[in-house]
Amino acid sequence: MSSRPLSPHLQVYRPQITSVLSILHRGTGIVIAMGAVLVALWIGSVALGPDWYGVVSALVNSLPGKFLVFIWTACTAYHLCNGIRHLAWDAGFGFELPQVYLTGKLVVLATAVITAGVWLT
Amino acid sequence: MADFRLPKNSRIRKGNHFRDSTEQDLKTVHIYRWDPDTGQNPRLDRFDVDMKACGPMVLDVLIHIKNTIDSTLTFRRSCREGICGSCSMNIDGTNSLACITSAVDIKGDIRVYPLPHMSVVKDLVVDLSNFYEQYASVKPWLQSDSPTPDRERLQSEDERSRLDGLYECILCACCSTSCPSYWWNGDRYLGPAALLQAYRWIADSRDDFTGERLDELDDAFKLYHCHTIMNCTRTCPKGLNPAKSIALIKRAIQERK
Repeated sequence: MSSRPLSPHLQVYRPQITSVLSILHRGTGIVIAMGAVLVALWIGSVALGPDWYGVVSALVNSLPGKFLVFIWTACTAYHLCNGIRHLAWDAGFGFELPQVYLTGKLVVLATAVITAGVWLT
Repeated sequence: MADFRLPKNSRIRKGNHFRDSTEQDLKTVHIYRWDPDTGQNPRLDRFDVDMKACGPMVLDVLIHIKNTIDSTLTFRRSCREGICGSCSMNIDGTNSLACITSAVDIKGDIRVYPLPHMSVVKDLVVDLSNFYEQYASVKPWLQSDSPTPDRERLQSEDERSRLDGLYECILCACCSTSCPSYWWNGDRYLGPAALLQAYRWIADSRDDFTGERLDELDDAFKLYHCHTIMNCTRTCPKGLNPAKSIALIKRAIQERK
């Protein structure tokens, strides 16, 4: 008898709104943690004087720089909103499936609104 | 660390193609097959099934295939009405019971795999030993240090109603095997099914060992590897809510501190 195979998992499981939003929460958490280092350097460059700030500011205001900051704000908005959802769950609220779907969609909507608000004003 | 890929011996090959002799109402069903006697990798067989010749549920389709096309197809089944929990499997991308999942309502081809991230015994049958051991580890029976009464241990209507949504679990393992956290840490994380049953006894007014039960669960892996992903509640074929029970266990542990 040969050794038993492991049944397929990620390969066959259809993405669910539940698991997709969950992995997004972890992904955005990693992105904002790494981004926080860059944001700290950006702010820190102010203390190093106009020369340093000029260099960093030019990088941030370049197209790739703006793109990175855009991703970072979107991730921060999502992680914040979904974090509030997690707080409610940890307190024992919002576990009925219609609530789970509704709050999930609200989080995605709020992420779009907050990100747009940051960049369009 | 979680391994997101399948081990070499588990990668799926292209399988055989069988066809019912009819031109109409053919439904294509892809089924995961693994035969322990051949030493070969699992394969995905294709069956074109005459839906006029079999009943409407996925289990009816599987039984039709076993009876008329390939008698070696192996799967568990018993009650055919969603109460025994034997025919749990991954159907059309989510876990459910084959007997209460409509085959005719699935659009396009039907894909049937065993419960995810489990050791395969044969075809759609997986090894549930670890799952049952985890269930036993939560001591799913009444523990009481009060004197045994001469009659039933009475409960108020309210106390009894707290067990609704908990006692109906049939241990089909759909929830636990839908949980990515259980996939990566199934050896140490108890999983939604066992935790729902743990909570069933924590919530029982007749049980005197609530504190000991919570002590036992207060563990970084056993309980807290639930990350509230909620695949369990979404997939439960009985409409129960394991995720909520797990949250209530976590809250009970916090509230007594």
